Formats: sequence, structure tokens, C-alpha cells
Amino acid sequence: MDQSNQQLIHTFGALADLGQEVANTGDFNEMVQTSIHLLLGTLALRRGAVVECGSAASMDCVAVWGVDRSSIEALEICDEEKAPLVDATLNSLLLKNGSTNGFIGRYRDTLIANGIALVIPMVVRSELKGFVFLGEKASGAEFTTEDFDTIRAMTRHIGVGIHTHRLLEQVAQRAAENRRLYEELRAIYRDTVRAFAAAIDIKDKYTQGHSERVGKYSEIIARELGWSEDEVEGIQIAGYLHDVGKLVVDRDIINAPYHINAKQSSELSRHPSAGYEILAPINHPYADIPLMAKYHHERLDGRGYPDGLVDEQIPLGAKIVSLADSFDAMTTDRPYRRRRSFEDVVQDLRQNSGTQFDYSVVGAFARAILKEVSGETKERRIVKLLGKGYLEGEQVSTLLTDLIADMERATQNKKQEQSAGAGNS
Amino acid sequence: METNTTIRSHCVGTTAVVYASDYLNKLTGERIERECRRQLDSGCRALVIDFSDTELVNSIGVSILLGIIDVAERNGAEVVFSDVNNQTRALFDMLGLTRLVAVAKDENEALTSLSLTPPPPAVN
Repeated sequence: MDQSNQQLIHTFGALADLGQEVANTGDFNEMVQTSIHLLLGTLALRRGAVVECGSAASMDCVAVWGVDRSSIEALEICDEEKAPLVDATLNSLLLKNGSTNGFIGRYRDTLIANGIALVIPMVVRSELKGFVFLGEKASGAEFTTEDFDTIRAMTRHIGVGIHTHRLLEQVAQRAAENRRLYEELRAIYRDTVRAFAAAIDIKDKYTQGHSERVGKYSEIIARELGWSEDEVEGIQIAGYLHDVGKLVVDRDIINAPYHINAKQSSELSRHPSAGYEILAPINHPYADIPLMAKYHHERLDGRGYPDGLVDEQIPLGAKIVSLADSFDAMTTDRPYRRRRSFEDVVQDLRQNSGTQFDYSVVGAFARAILKEVSGETKERRIVKLLGKGYLEGEQVSTLLTDLIADMERATQNKKQEQSAGAGNS
Repeated sequence: METNTTIRSHCVGTTAVVYASDYLNKLTGERIERECRRQLDSGCRALVIDFSDTELVNSIGVSILLGIIDVAERNGAEVVFSDVNNQTRALFDMLGLTRLVAVAKDENEALTSLSLTPPPPAVN
């Protein structure tokens, strides 16, 4: 094989390796160091360096081989010196021939003293990004026109690699900043919603803290049902806001100490739809919050309001908020009654499951309570919400275990009935 | 016989013989370089880099060999290549590496040539 063919094959191999290297978005320093190695090895040059122009006049040495890094980093270039270098021919950048003016002229002696023979501007999209400094060939031979072509092509590759890496860094930085801002916005949204929930509850002097508790119970149930973190956050918000429609209901009706008449009841029943109308125009970061507020008084048997939906027509989120809402109503004091005992509450849940409450939702809530009571979970949020002493006693675990078993059985039976129904149809 | 991961080497007096692998690229080149530096740091005055297993040397391999020659020069040590196949020899000739180092037919010839050569002066 003649020498020119061999040189060609060697150069092609190096260009292929360089292409692969600059496409590597992993370790930047490794990429640049390997790139300069490839360039040096292609022409058997004994030393070289890659520098990036900094934001000011300074230079950052990103790869170096056989050259003193500190002498390179001491170089400075001003903006006026950059423009003439963008279009400079490589021959004019050979230090022994080079201009005595501008950047090259200023540092020619320093560079030659460091073993540098050639300075190649790294230009990307007509902008000077930095330089590749190269030493003499190991053979001592002069650079040929073909060598210049190879150097120019490889320098362009390295420049594009560095430029791409810096762009990706900027994109990553912006993405991180956007993530941070988004998290801040979500936190502000959550805080605003909690403040709003407190405002809703203040209207009803007997149920202060109700919305916050419904939010927390809903979150606990959804987590037990295996919902994603995002969905869990969403239903917590829905719990906080489920009674927002009460803002349009007369305060006297909400605060009526005893039973209300039919007209007042009808007025109070408007609150889920009113809540939907308030929440629907808002661009919530979570799905279906307005629907969960609208349907939290629907029942599986179709006797709920506002739309009288039945079982599968009711979103699962609304079923969760409905249970959390009723559970809180049963376990807090009201003007006309004391809160009910836990045994009584469990009995109510069992009795109304399948007609008012969803079996799987009641089962999930019972499991979450049992985990706290049995010490399986360290965090005792439900216990704290219900207050000291409410979930104490040996019978609590038994009540919950039995309720869970009943709910599992009922869920299973319901599935079998549904599949049998589907088979018949 | 000592090894540096997959790099074999041994010493004959103050000469270290380091065996290059079948493909001298970035990974294996860096291992050879480390081994050569280690041998020079432990007092070797000459390096024989044996290419009997080497089929191919790429650009990074060439650059690393030049680096080893540089380090050896700075340590006042001589470098001899041995058992280089025709293709690699042609590459070294073309790039001018053979103007910097002697190339011996095999390890024995390399060791013999070194024993006849007075040590080069150290470069500061």
C-alpha cells in the first residue's frame, strides 16, 4: 500500500473515532481529551491543547497534552482580535509565518516557547469558540496541504462537539430552573388552596378544619389504593376544595344549629354544582378536581345529588372524597350531636357500602387505619386527626380486620356479578 | 512477570519490557502508558515496547506512544519498539515515529541493542 493511501486510511479511522467521540454526551472532559489525542495521533504531533474562549477575554484550557496548562490559560483575547481569526487561512496561523499583529502576534513568542507551532481557530456558526494549539510533527516534517485539511476538519468536529455540549448544559440548566419554578408554583398553589380551604371552613363555625381533614383522609385512601404521587396530591387538593360551593350558600343555612327545612336543604344541595362552577375555569395542575367536588355527594345507588349518578358513572376520586367527607362528619362533633363511636362508624360504613360507599374505597381506608393502629406505619396521621383515645381499645383492630374482610368479599362478589352480567349480555 | 490489568511486563536488569495488546487504542494505550510510567518511576532506564501481539494501532494509540517517548526522554530513558508487524511498521514510518525510536526485530534483539547502547542523557 502506498503511503498516501495509508495516510488516508489512518485519517479516516481517526475521523470516524472523532465523530463517535464528539457525539458522546457523557463526560465532557473525557470527550475533549480524547479528541485532542485523536488529532495528535493522526498526524503524530507531540503536543497540543484545546482552549475555549471565556465570556470575557480569558481562555479556559479544556484539554492539554504535552503543553504547560498555566501558560495557555494566561493568554487573553479581546473581541476586536477575534473577527480576523474566523476566516484566517491555516498557513497564516503557522507561528513561524504568522502575523506579528493581533492575538497571534502578541503571543507568538510565548506559544513557540511552549512548543506550539500552529494555532487553529475553533469556529462554529461563524463565531470564534476557542482554539486548538498544535506542536510540530514528531517526524520534524513540515505540515502539508493535506495535513491542513485534516486539521481543519478535525478542529471543526471538536468545536461542534464542545458547542453542542455547552448547549446541552444550558438546556439542562434551564430545565432545572423550570423544574424549580414549577415546584415553587405548585407549593404556592397548594398553600393558596389550603388557605382557601380554611376560608371555606370558617364560614361554618361547627366544621372548622373539615376541608383540611377531608383532604388528608382522601390522600391517605388514594395512596392505599396505589395511586401515583401526582394523583395523590391531586385528590388531596380536591378534598381541600370539595366544599368550595358552600361559599355561595347562605351562612345561616350552613350554621343552622338543628335540622334544616326542605327549602334550606335544597339551597344547601346546590353547593357541589356551585363548587364545580367555581373550580372548572381554573387551570389546575391536577386532573378532575372540579368533578370530584361536583360528585362528592353522589351515591352508588343513584340517590345522591346533584345528578343522581350510579356506581360506575361516579369518578373514583369523587367516591374517595365522599367517604372522607362522611367519615369526618361522623367522627367530629356537630351542634346537634356528639361524634359517633368508632364501632358505630364502622357499622355505618359496612351498612352503607354498596349503596353509598364503594367497597374497595372503604376497604382501602380500613386498611390504612389498621396499619396505623397496628404500628405497621410509623406515621399516625389518622390517629392524630381523630384525636387522642378515639382509636384505642382492643376491639378497634378486630372491627377493622372484619370490615376489611367484608369489603374484600363484597368487592370479589361484585366483580363476579359484573363478569357474569357481561357474559349474559 | 507483572501485569497491569491486561498489560504484561517484565524487567531485564534496568530495562522493562512492556507488551502491547492486540489493538492499541485508547483503553489499552492508557494501560500501557500507566505501566511504562510505573516502570520508569521504579528506576528503569530503558523501555522495550513489544508489539508481537499487536495487529492494529489507531490514532490515539499513536498519540499515547508519543507521550510515552516524551516521558522516557524526560527521564533519560531510551525506548525501543520490537516485533512490529508490517502494517504497523509502515504506519510508524509514515508518521515519523521510527525517527524517534529504534525498531528491533524481536525482544531479544531489542534487549541486545540496549545493552550495547550507552544510556542517553536525561532531558530537563
